[in-house]
Parts: sequence; structure tokens; C-alpha cells
Amino acid sequence: MTKEEAPVLLEVRGLAAKAGSAQILKGIDFTVRAGEVHAIMGPNGSGKSTLSKVLAGHPAYEVTAGTARFDGQDLLAMAAEDRARAGFFLSFQYPVEVPGVANAQFLRLAYNSIQGARGRDELDPLEFDDYVREKMKLLEMAPAFLDRSLNTGFSGGEKKRNEILQMALLEPRLAFLDETDSGLDIDALRVVANGVNTLRNDDNAVVLVTHYQRLLNYIVPDYVHVMDGGRLVKTGGKELAIELEARGYDWIQKSAA
Amino acid sequence: MEEQLSRAFLDSLLSGRPGSGNEPGGLKALRARALERANALSVPTTRHEDWRFTDLSPLYRLSLNAPGTSVPLTVADITQHLVPGVAARCVFVDGHYRDDLSENGLGTEFVTVVRTGGEDRKVEPDVLDEIGRIATFDEDPFVAVNTAWLSEVLVIHLPRGACLTGPVHCLFVNTQADVVTHPRVLLVAESGSDVTLLEDFVTVHDRAYCVNAVSEIAVGANARVRHIRLQRESRSAFHVATGAVAVARDGRYESNAIATGARISRHNLHVRQDGEGAHFSLDGLAMIAGRQLADTHSFVDHALAHGTSRQLHKCVVSGGAHGVFNGRILVRPGAQLTDSSQESRNLLLSGKAQIDTKPQLEIFADDVKCAHGAAVGQLEPEEVFYLRSRGLPESLARSVLTYAFAADVVDRIPVPSVVDHLRAMILERTGIQELA
Ligand SMILES: Nc1ncnc2c1ncn2[C@@H]1O[C@H](COP(=O)(O)OP(=O)(O)OP(=O)(O)O)[C@@H](O)[C@H]1O
Ligand SMILES: [Mg+2]
Repeated sequence: MTKEEAPVLLEVRGLAAKAGSAQILKGIDFTVRAGEVHAIMGPNGSGKSTLSKVLAGHPAYEVTAGTARFDGQDLLAMAAEDRARAGFFLSFQYPVEVPGVANAQFLRLAYNSIQGARGRDELDPLEFDDYVREKMKLLEMAPAFLDRSLNTGFSGGEKKRNEILQMALLEPRLAFLDETDSGLDIDALRVVANGVNTLRNDDNAVVLVTHYQRLLNYIVPDYVHVMDGGRLVKTGGKELAIELEARGYDWIQKSAA
Repeated sequence: MEEQLSRAFLDSLLSGRPGSGNEPGGLKALRARALERANALSVPTTRHEDWRFTDLSPLYRLSLNAPGTSVPLTVADITQHLVPGVAARCVFVDGHYRDDLSENGLGTEFVTVVRTGGEDRKVEPDVLDEIGRIATFDEDPFVAVNTAWLSEVLVIHLPRGACLTGPVHCLFVNTQADVVTHPRVLLVAESGSDVTLLEDFVTVHDRAYCVNAVSEIAVGANARVRHIRLQRESRSAFHVATGAVAVARDGRYESNAIATGARISRHNLHVRQDGEGAHFSLDGLAMIAGRQLADTHSFVDHALAHGTSRQLHKCVVSGGAHGVFNGRILVRPGAQLTDSSQESRNLLLSGKAQIDTKPQLEIFADDVKCAHGAAVGQLEPEEVFYLRSRGLPESLARSVLTYAFAADVVDRIPVPSVVDHLRAMILERTGIQELA
């Protein structure tokens, strides 16, 4: 099966969104099919995280135009938790610290929420403990991270690993990884990229938001998009990332203007 | 009118006060002096600066008596309050020590009850002399009344260098409506000793009564006292408590005070530095709902150099409840190199909930470090979104964050079984079944 025939997972058309009075997204068109890897690059402040948060259902943003269909459903009409339950996953650029909730407790709550929605069995704390420890091996995470408070005092890299651990547990159809590679040293990058690759299959898809071509050596994209000023201004293959790394964004901004 | 109400109320608190028996030495004189003060003072009203937010007039209108016959209780009735691994357990029911419910294992030689009728075991006279030395009653009618009673005082005396591994657990159970009790604890930890005091105030019913408690703690040089205080009275009850603490050179006093009960509660915690290099850590949590009011007034008195204090107080307020925190920190002239920090963090869970928080720093030394902060707010939207993005329904996300906010304080308690117990209680209060 070629990818062009694979079912469409996410179809975004003319998506515009604002926060307060600031119009941030100004018309995004973007289609992701099962089995694909997309990369979104672009200068700071161009709207990459905003796109990921709007799709995940962050209440700070108001959609002013456009549509987004996910797996046949109207994504924008769904509550954030229902998007997660339908298989949409966002790995946060800045994962939130929550002192007082043990990581293991949080991971089990999330896992059981998603399992319940899929009509599968929930796990009690002991069963879950075995299950999560297996997944942690994939990401070379020490079991001690289970007992610590959620993300609290985790280093930047540890937080990102914990995000991908959540991806491994929740098995999403579409994972939006917002700068998961930022702040990772080269060994951690390899571990995290291997983890993501292990989780990939013909049924799911990954969107990588990144500033660095080096991630794309490990997780090879089918498409590279450039975001600028709230729009996707250029789309190409993986060689576009190499060109961006060498030439920066100026030439695209000039040719788009 | 007000004067009359005050007099009538204080008289009712004093009625039934046991007369003098053959209590040891200075106690007789102390009680007499306290009675004199109690008769001269009047009760606080909201016109007193220190009581601005806490209106005790519903308490003054109650007609209270000394306790009569308690509901019969056996150990089976209090099992849910028992803590494993204690050095000693001292149970008071309606103000009376109950030997049959208590257990003085390891702690036997350090713990005794001193009664107006005489003491259970000889307490050294200079230990008894500590009573009333730290918990002064000249200006405080509640402490004066408590001291005028002094019918059964729990005395914990750790001689020089003595260490108890498990906590000394004092369980105060109320079984009767419309009564007032005056629990009194004296803890003297001599130099180099180490002890954990766990005070737990509970009830078996949901009607009104009043508890007027005083705990007096002397921490010797280089000694360490950890003090856990759980206030879980009935939601109709009134709880007024004073903790008076003095810490000698290089001593440490670490307190965790948790308040979830009472219609109106007031906790005065007064810690005083009696030697250089003393350390205080004061953690507090009030978690209240409905019409409850919980008021904490702390006073950290850095009287000498090189003292350190760390304070974290949190209120979780829902319904129409009202949390009050006043954190006074005094750095006296000469208390150089004091290092003090205070944080008041408050969570309002409803539009009708109310918080009044006030740091009160009075600094009279120039080479000191004093940090303080106060925050009142709702749950962080970013945190709520993070949990929802993982599939948790919004209501569960909110409950989990509320639970976390409170558990953060509870986790600092140095007795693991108490932490587990309180975490379970907070889970229940926040209505989270999913983590059970
Ligand atoms: N909640 C908000 N309120 C106001 N402005 C916002 C909000 N969220 C984002 N913005 C603004 O929108 C613009 C796009 O931000 P966004 O975080 O999406 O950029 P980004 O492409 O992810 O940047 P980076 O590469 O630095 O992560 C920025 O100018 C940002 O300040
Ligand atoms: Mg971003």
C-alpha cells in the first residue's frame, strides 16, 4: 500500500486561531495519512506550538476559521480529554510540573482513562506497575521516576522522556511531538528517537515540531513543512530540512513575500 | 452587653473546674494565678486586630458544660485512629486520660499524666516548673482558662540525649455535645534528645462542642522535636489551640499542622528562639468546605543570632468556607544572620470561598535574609489542560490537582503511616475514586 492510498488521519483546512486579540494562526492546510511522518519547522514565534495546542484543545485559543477532522470526527468540536481518548497525543514543548501527584499515579490515571474509552481493561496499581516498567525500559528510564512527583524537578531531558513514556502507554493514532528533541543530549536523542520509531506503524502517524535537522536523521520525515507568521509557507521532502539547516529561513520568507 | 456575654461565657468555661487537690508544688499557685487572670480578661471580638476575620460569637452563644459521662469506648472504636509503631499512645476521652485505651510501650519512662489529685509517676519538680513558663496567659483568656483547669496534664520528658524512634501519639477524642475540654500537653526535650509528638483531635459525633487546647514545648540545646498536629473535629465544633514553643541553642522544632475539621478553628503557634542557631520549620494545611472557618496565626520570634525558619502554609477552601492566615515574623535587634522564609499558598475552589492571608514581617536587625510570598488563586489552567490532554475528564483533572496541592504539605510529615492516612482522607475529600 502506498502512502497516498492510506487513510487520512488528520485533515486541517483553513485553520485560523487567536489568543486574546492576537491572531496567531492565519489559515493552515495540512493533511496527515496513517503511516506518515511530518516535520514542521519554522522560526521562533511562528505558531508551531499554537497549532499543536489548538489541535489538542487548549482553552486559551479561539478558533476563528477553518476545520480539523481527525479520524473522521470533527476534532474542534471535541473537549480536550475526548481528543486524547480518540487517539490524539501532544508531547508538550514545556511539560507541566505537578508537585504532589506521583508520576506513577498520574500515568495510571491517564492510561486507564484512555483504556476505558477504548473499551479495554483498566489496570490496578500492581498490574500497572509491571506494565509501565516494561515501557520505561524502552526509554531507558530508571524506575525511580515512578515515585517522584510528576515532572517536578525533572531535568529538561527527563521531562521529554516522560512525555514519550506517556506516548508509549497511550498508543495514540497521531502524536504531535512539540520540540521533544530540544534539550536532549545526543545519547538521549537516540534513545527517544528509537522509542518513537518503535511505536510507529502503518496505522499511526507522527508530526515532529523541531528546530533541528539532527532529529530527522533518526526519524525520517515524509514531508517537511515550514511555518512562518501563522501559515505553512512551504512543503517539501526530507531534503528541505537539510537546506533549512544550511540556509536558514530568510530565503523562504523572501520568496513567500 | 458584650461584657456580660464575655463574662458569662468565660464563667461557663470555668464552671466544673476541679478544685485544688494535692497536685505537686507550684501547680496550685499557677492555677490560682491563671484563674485570677481568666476572671480579669474578656474574650476577643472582631474588633481585636488579631481576630478581625474570626468571629467567635457563635461559640459565645453556646451553653457549654464540663463533660459528664462519656460514651463508652473500647479500642475497637478508635482503631481507625491508631498509628502503628508508636513509642507511646495516650488517649484522652472528653478530657480524661484513659489508661485502658492507652499504651505506653517504649515511651513509658518518658510519659506521665499529672493530675490535680496527684501524679501517676514522679515528675522531676524542675520539669513541672516549665508549665506556664512558655505558654503565657497574661493577655490570652483561652490559655488562662486552660491553665486554671490543668486537671490532667500529659507530661513528656525526654532527659538529656534520650531518643524515641516512634512518635508519642496523643489522641483526644470527644464523645459529648455542648461540652468544653481543656487538653494540656507539656513536652520537655532536654539537650540532645529527639522526639516526635503526634497530637490528633477527633470526634465520634457531628454536634457542637468546644476544645481549648494548649501545648507547651521546650526544646533543649541541640535537641529536635517534631510536632504533628491533626485537627479533625466535628464540623459543628469550635477548636481554639495554642502551641507555645521555646527552642534553645541549635535546637530544632519542626511542625506540621493539618486542619480539616471544626466549624471555627483557631491555631495560635508561637515559636521563640531562646538560643543562637535554633531552627524552626512550620508547615500548615487547612482544607475546609461548607461554612467552615480555619484561622492560623503564627508568630516566629527570632530573638537571637543565626536562627533559621522555613514556613509553608496552604489553604484549600471550597464552598462558602473561609481560610485565614497571619504569619508574623519578628527579627529582634541583635538577631543577626537570621535566615527566614515564609510562603502562604491558597487555593480557592468556589466563588464564595474566602481567603485572608497576611505576612507580617518586623525586622530590626540589618544583616538578615527574609523571604516571603503569598498567593491566592484558582487551579493553574496549564496544569488542568495538561491532565485533560492525557484523557482525564476536566472534573477529575481539577480534583487531582487539588489533591496534589494538599498532598504536597502532607508528604512532609515524617510518619509514613500518617502520610498514607491523610492522603487517603484527601482523596476522599476531593472525590477521586480512580486513585483509590
Ligand atoms: N496564549 C497566548 N496569548 C498570547 N499570545 C500567545 C499565546 N500563545 C502564543 N502566543 C504568541 O503567538 C506566537 C506564536 O507562539 P508559538 O508558541 O506558537 O510559537 P512557536 O512557533 O512554537 O515558537 P518556538 O519555536 O519559540 O517554540 C508568539 O508570538 C506568542 O507570543
Ligand atoms: Mg513552540
